[in-house]
Amino acid sequence: MDADGRLLDVHGLTKRFGGFVALNNVSMHLNPRERLGLIGPNGSGKTTMINCISGALFNEEGSVVFRGEEITGLPAFKRAELGISRSFQIPRPFRTMSILENMLVPMEYAAWGRVDHATHEDRAMEILALVGFQDRAQENSGNLTQVDLRKLELARALAAQPDVLVSDESMAGLSSAEVDEVLEILFKLNERGVAVIMIEHIMRAVMRYCERIYVLDAGQLIAEGTPEEIQGNPDVERAYLGE
Amino acid sequence: MKISGFWIGIVLVLAAGFVLAGVADNQFLFFAGYVVLQGLIMAVAWNVLGGFTGYVNFGSAGFFAIGAYTAIALHQFAELPLLVLIVIAGIVCGLIGLGTGYLTLRLRGVYFAIATLAMAIVFESLITNWDYVGGSAGAYVITPAEVPFFDSFIEMMFILMLVLSLICVAVSRYLSMSRMGRGLASIRDDETAAECMGVPTLRLKLISTTVMGVMMGVAGAPFPFFVTYINPLSAFDLLIAVNAIAMPMIGGTAVWFGPVIGALLLGTIQQIVTVTISSELNILIVGVVLIGFVALAPRGIVGLFQDFARKRRGGGK
Repeated sequence: MDADGRLLDVHGLTKRFGGFVALNNVSMHLNPRERLGLIGPNGSGKTTMINCISGALFNEEGSVVFRGEEITGLPAFKRAELGISRSFQIPRPFRTMSILENMLVPMEYAAWGRVDHATHEDRAMEILALVGFQDRAQENSGNLTQVDLRKLELARALAAQPDVLVSDESMAGLSSAEVDEVLEILFKLNERGVAVIMIEHIMRAVMRYCERIYVLDAGQLIAEGTPEEIQGNPDVERAYLGE
Repeated sequence: MKISGFWIGIVLVLAAGFVLAGVADNQFLFFAGYVVLQGLIMAVAWNVLGGFTGYVNFGSAGFFAIGAYTAIALHQFAELPLLVLIVIAGIVCGLIGLGTGYLTLRLRGVYFAIATLAMAIVFESLITNWDYVGGSAGAYVITPAEVPFFDSFIEMMFILMLVLSLICVAVSRYLSMSRMGRGLASIRDDETAAECMGVPTLRLKLISTTVMGVMMGVAGAPFPFFVTYINPLSAFDLLIAVNAIAMPMIGGTAVWFGPVIGALLLGTIQQIVTVTISSELNILIVGVVLIGFVALAPRGIVGLFQDFARKRRGGGK
């Protein structure tokens, strides 16, 4: 935690791709155990933002501070070791491995220095129970359905024993009932003390889940507030619907 | 401490090798055995990078030739014992593996495969133009007529290769079954996801190319002493290179014993065919068998058995 009690602090972050400015001087923060939403139209810079947070991309200007420690230049695997975990928009399972083996990768790498090695399998099974996979641990991950892949994606991110989970469109393309199922999982893992950054286009889910929301538009931060405040914000309406 | 079946197996194989050396008179057995074991080491080496890590490449047999020529160069320089040559060749090839790994691992898939192929060609040109090791004319090695402890030189070479094979198999098994093995497998399946799950992908890939280089070099260093005459064409032989890929593919690339099975099977068939039919037919057999496996059983013999076992257990999933 830094002086303000913040878990994650992004300050004045700018990311360019050639001449295109994907993110322009964006600052945001995340409190411990918070459920934070990050929304905005397509191409507004949401995924670029979490790529800069997780280390998949490096920002040109600005800083990313995690638990009071500057992590701006650290490679992705180091950030995972520190406790920043992410799921991918398009699920990326380790296809030749079983569900359980998928869970053991983050346990044996990201969480290796923080968790008793003898309890790896028990912990993995406990997380699998959370997403309803307790009886399917030996199944091959290559044959899972879309919704099951999303669940595995979240379970695996959780197996890294993170303090922050970045969920990148975990619900895109799911049916209404499936969205509720995934939301339930996200609520449960937040109860376990994990702060969540949710990137999502399904407004129903964002409004129900998040305590605080940031809105990005064309690389600029245009609003911040509670779900109610965001819903009543004219700038946000304009960004989504146009003039 | 619990002694696993694997180590008992290692001891038994070694003992069988020594018994064979004591009993058998037919020198061809040792000659053929050496060739099969050389293929086995190369298959195991290729599989560390191509199978476990998923970086399929065509250049790793180039490391075999570098190992052979390191031994030749050192042999010209000073008549060092063969074991010392093997160790140094292993180190040299390991370092070259590390260096080329650093240069080429940014590439993936077919681009990586082409880069490694190009690298092998570059090395072949360099050696063809290096007079100290004989250039394109090649180099001769005089082998001793008598060796201590063994009945003949070829017998000693066979036992040497057997010991080296067992070491390489043990290392490969350790790599695949340890935590590192899971890390390598995660790189093979999805490198980006692996990195985000805390796997230090660059470091593991460099370890993988280094281990591959060391094993290839170790397989290549005794080669000039085995054939007594070596030139760039024979060291960078296409068949040697293709075998190193075909054997793991046929056996199965995902597990440590896949390349072992593939090497023993394909290597033995090749020796039998060479003797009974013709040495030219060899190449045809490798090609046909390889195409057959890639088309019909992409996970190799091990994969076939796994599917069979799963079906018998029922479920069919």
